[in-house]
Amino acid sequence: MRISPTRSPEFDLVIEAGRGLGRYWKDLWLFRGLFFFLAWRDVLVRYKQTVIGVAWAVLRPLLTMVVFTAIFGRLAKLPSEGVPYPILVFAAMLPWQMFSSGLQESSESLLANAQMISKIYFPRIIVPTSAVAVSLVDFLFSFAILLGLMAWYGLWPTWRMATLPLFTLLALAAALGTGFWFSALSAKYRDFRYVVPFVVQFGLFASPVGFSSTIVPEKWQLLYSLNPMVGVIDGFRWALLGGDTTLSPARLALSALVVAVVFTTGFLHFRRTERVLADVI
Amino acid sequence: MSSVIRVENLSKSYLIRHQQREPYLALRDVLTDSVKGFFRRLAAPDQKDSAIRAEEEFWALKNVSFEVRQGDRIGIIGRNGAGKSTLLKILSRITEPTRGRVSIKGRIASLLEVGTGFHPELTGRENIFLNGAILGMSKSEIRAKFDEIVTFAEVEKFLDTPVKRYSSGMYVRLAFSVAAHLEPEILLVDEVLAVGDIHFQKKCLGKMQDTGHDGRTVLFVSHNMDSLSSLCNRGILLSSGQVHSMGDMQEAIREYSDSTSTNPPSIKNHGRRGGEGGIRIEDLWIADARGHRINEIPLDEPLEVCIDASASAPYRNRSDIIIGIGIDTRDGRRLATCVSSWVDNRIEIRSGRSCIRCLIPFLPLVPDTYLISASISARGITLDYIEHCGSVHLVEKESTPAYKGRHSDHGLVRIPCSFEVESV
Repeated sequence: MRISPTRSPEFDLVIEAGRGLGRYWKDLWLFRGLFFFLAWRDVLVRYKQTVIGVAWAVLRPLLTMVVFTAIFGRLAKLPSEGVPYPILVFAAMLPWQMFSSGLQESSESLLANAQMISKIYFPRIIVPTSAVAVSLVDFLFSFAILLGLMAWYGLWPTWRMATLPLFTLLALAAALGTGFWFSALSAKYRDFRYVVPFVVQFGLFASPVGFSSTIVPEKWQLLYSLNPMVGVIDGFRWALLGGDTTLSPARLALSALVVAVVFTTGFLHFRRTERVLADVI
Repeated sequence: MSSVIRVENLSKSYLIRHQQREPYLALRDVLTDSVKGFFRRLAAPDQKDSAIRAEEEFWALKNVSFEVRQGDRIGIIGRNGAGKSTLLKILSRITEPTRGRVSIKGRIASLLEVGTGFHPELTGRENIFLNGAILGMSKSEIRAKFDEIVTFAEVEKFLDTPVKRYSSGMYVRLAFSVAAHLEPEILLVDEVLAVGDIHFQKKCLGKMQDTGHDGRTVLFVSHNMDSLSSLCNRGILLSSGQVHSMGDMQEAIREYSDSTSTNPPSIKNHGRRGGEGGIRIEDLWIADARGHRINEIPLDEPLEVCIDASASAPYRNRSDIIIGIGIDTRDGRRLATCVSSWVDNRIEIRSGRSCIRCLIPFLPLVPDTYLISASISARGITLDYIEHCGSVHLVEKESTPAYKGRHSDHGLVRIPCSFEVESV
């Protein structure tokens, strides 16, 4: 049978090597329901599987806070920007916890859903994205605890709290961008996932979680802000704590720029890997 | 009627790596290989790094073109590795074609596996919604069909039980029920009916037949010729990644079974071939007890599978060579595997060319044609592997009683048995 190649408008869908980005956005919109279902599934499973499901989301940041307060606050006697040290740490634990668990979940997500990916079509980017969305639920739990802690210490939120969604978005974008990179890389190279826990562990101490970013010498401050979580954490402290906390617009802009670059390159790299994903997974 | 699927010169190639120790690519290997390659280029700049480029292109589909009209129920048949699954994967957009184009009109849904995305921790109710969403149903659509799905699956009582507590039968019924209630204009189905009990299979076949009569288009890959001939009106016979023929389903089935008998598999007419080289299978044939080459063997007669192999120098005089022989049905289902190391036979290849024989006292199988595959490996590395490179036709002996009334449902294995009656 010989068919002359025609591109007639009567067909809804044309499958060819190298799909266009326009079609991709359309598909993302069509499959938005699946995104919510996957996120909902992960949340359900997470809080169903263990009796201490919710307790775990609460305990982890609390215990880390206690340890960091003891080590950095009590033993090392680091400055606390005029707020109680536990609050200083916990305000940073919020975005850090969201970033790190989002990153870990999303980098495992493609492999965890390999069966589904090899059997059905949907825009694959839904998988790491919905994995990050799950960490948002943990975030809400931790946020409630923070409010409780602040009330305990007699700290009341100011107008700055209204800017918090912006910093939350920045943290989410950072988690997504790195998540795109890491999930695509771990699907392609099976040993890459061993790198992820190391990055997270390293990041915890390379970011100002257990201490204030003010202890970094002035001349290194700008360089330090290349770590996108520096801008996010400083933003969180500024928005939540009041006190002596300051926020340098230049450094925040630099962190945001790094996040934007990571997010864009991550997305593009993911798109490239996505094409061959079903063949390599 | 207008065509709803138009496939034009569709091709898909895969790269097969030969240098791999593990089935997956590892960053560690990529890094060490590129470092090695760098130093090799420093030492000998003109040399191509052949060790790294140990990849082979394999065309799973080659210039496939066909058109499907609305309401067609098409069965896709062919031997293992003929490209059936690859074709479905491209049509369902799981993987991209290398070349060519597919144009599709209407909503398309694919069912390559039953219960994709089912999570054991979630309840039946939750899994219906999740699985429905994965198959492309909207929330309102699932809600509208929810009761129907539950009744069809016969799991009403266990709706709020996690599916990990379901029996395997219930699990499959629920999974299939969700899929059977998909209402796309085009449905792609891979070998999924091989699960579940016969009663439920028939029910699903009925449900899918209804789908066909509504003017919906179905593309169906299966090895089950009975269900294909009752479900489909047209057939596509694929062979080594190309459309061998397309036409009436019954005719395609006839042509398929003829092609395995008139064009019997041989060392030149085989299925997949792979392996890293070193020892190569040059020929494979079946011989009787006297060593004569044969195509058919009577039941209960001894036979030999003979492999003519050539070994390159590093593989001579080694005692860690392992030979494997596989016996499959005509549609590629594995029945038995004979491996030299499993029976503690040491294989040593001394010269460049050797003949290896696998002696089988008799095949405990019913009369039919069986396909032979062979592999040679050493230390866990496959050196050569050829799928379906020989066949043996098992025939009834004149002296043995005829297998009267035997049906394909009665199984393929012959167990020696006798019946006795005792008056009590």
